[in-house]
Amino acid sequence: MKGMETDKRSIQREALAELMAQWCSEGKRVLAPKRSGGKVDFDRVTSLSEVSFDHVQTVQSPKSAVFPRVEELFSFRSTDGRVEIRERNLDTLPETVVFGLRPCDAAAFAALEAIFNWDGPDRLFSARRARTTLVTVACSRADEFCFCTSVGGGPGAVTGSDILLTDLGQGGFLAEIASAKGRELLSAAGSLFGPAGDADKESRLAKLPAVFPPDAVAAALAGLFAEPAFWEEQSRRCVGCGACAYVCPTCACFDIQDEGGATGKRLRCWDSCGFGLFTLHTSGHNPRPLQSQRWRQRLMHKFSYMPERQGVLGCVGCGRCARACPVDMNILEHIRAIAEARP
Amino acid sequence: MNALQEKARELLATKTVRVVIGYGPGSGGQARALFVREAAQARELIFDETCLQNLAVYLMKPDVRQLGKAALVARPATLRTLLQLAAENQLEENSLLALVPGADGVLSLSTFSALEAQVASQDNELSVAEKSELEKFAAMGLDARREFWQEQFSRCLKCYACRAACPLCYCTRCTVECNQPQWIPVPAHDLGNLEWNVMRAMHLAGRCTNCGDCSRACPVGIPLYLLNQKLILDVSANFNSRSGMTAKADHSLSTFKPDDPEDFIK
Repeated sequence: MKGMETDKRSIQREALAELMAQWCSEGKRVLAPKRSGGKVDFDRVTSLSEVSFDHVQTVQSPKSAVFPRVEELFSFRSTDGRVEIRERNLDTLPETVVFGLRPCDAAAFAALEAIFNWDGPDRLFSARRARTTLVTVACSRADEFCFCTSVGGGPGAVTGSDILLTDLGQGGFLAEIASAKGRELLSAAGSLFGPAGDADKESRLAKLPAVFPPDAVAAALAGLFAEPAFWEEQSRRCVGCGACAYVCPTCACFDIQDEGGATGKRLRCWDSCGFGLFTLHTSGHNPRPLQSQRWRQRLMHKFSYMPERQGVLGCVGCGRCARACPVDMNILEHIRAIAEARP
Repeated sequence: MNALQEKARELLATKTVRVVIGYGPGSGGQARALFVREAAQARELIFDETCLQNLAVYLMKPDVRQLGKAALVARPATLRTLLQLAAENQLEENSLLALVPGADGVLSLSTFSALEAQVASQDNELSVAEKSELEKFAAMGLDARREFWQEQFSRCLKCYACRAACPLCYCTRCTVECNQPQWIPVPAHDLGNLEWNVMRAMHLAGRCTNCGDCSRACPVGIPLYLLNQKLILDVSANFNSRSGMTAKADHSLSTFKPDDPEDFIK
């Protein structure tokens, strides 16, 4: 939605602190980047002073706000052959403000929505999503792992955010109100916002030239599927953990686990296509027995299957997978190699 | 070309090995694993203080095994790992060349006795800093320690990067993946995370060679090395044994000796 009309305001840091205090006093759960033990990650905060602004990106994505790593789907009780199912009470799900996520993270929610609501709405996901408001902070810096501009985003892109804040220096922020939820937040605290003035947003943003066209990647992938040597070469150092998938803002695969016996819970847990067990059939057959095939699946899914089936890219260029990878599987490097491959 | 690059080039040119597993330049100024299969590519090899990964992890990977005989650039902890793998019948003698870059060129070791001699000549002790951090924990008291680990494990995502990065976690099917019965809860909730991390530490007790890759691999920064190092000291104190020193089976926690002084085991 390039060029989307946003209502532009300004807000001072003190007013922002007051706004966050107001959300907390209303009982909202506020999740924001917090520095702890040398890492910055989303955590529950109650005050703006706890929030990190100077990092490039958090370790984990904000997806757990709508897709927790463990979630009870329902509970059950079996007595005398009769099974009683108790659904989750969706009204108890918390009203949530995710604050300080990046524009790439806000864009990622569209990919999650496309997956969870593909062939029918996912009740729990949708209920959480409906109660979640995204107050994004634009990027003034990028690092060598960032590539949002190559996948349709940008350090100041407003798509997906309810409100986008851009730090203008001297304690002032430009606030772009970009959705109905954003307008709700504004109307509940209108006095905290001021007129936007003529601040130059662009000059405050990270400079990040695009390095590949996503269409070229999808086109190249179509010819690479049946080239095992290419994937073996790319993935040889991959050790097959799930770090990339778990920090990814769009990875949505899950596993179902029952806990308890006759009385228990059915849980939805994060899963990853990088694991050898992911596609292991009951028969013992595994259609993806090699790590190279799992790596191929990861890239095909994000850059080919999702655009084709859901009309949305499965990658927003946040770079988290590359930063988190214990063996330096740098996705940008690999995607560029794919875009340039001539099989 | 430096001595390591020259050695790798020669091994590949003479087809003594089919792949040299070493380090090359990676992202963010860090090194990454490099699989050199052509003699001409040997000049990309580096060896400096950024080369931290224990490359022995790749010896267990089917994707790497299929490349043929390997030479492996080995740091001190990697050499201990090779001996531990040998002791666990996971590494055949002379099936691999361990390349040890040093001041006088590159050692190339393939027999277990050569590996044992090299390990015996290097410093295998926990550093002073490592020991003092463990002492700090020992002094904390049970409740404080429990609280510390509960907080640490609460962040565990169960991505299994610790397991994947560990050369001694080579099981083709991990306990967590055995579900009849389900020994360890799969979900990354408090109980599942506690059981997973404690189980893994115990499975490595008497085996871990202190390479540190589990902690470096953890995306959320859980200091897993503390558990492993504590167990290394405990095994050393109780069994007078140290993993990775010999290629002969010396399994402190899975061997029964008829003359064991403890009564409960008889």
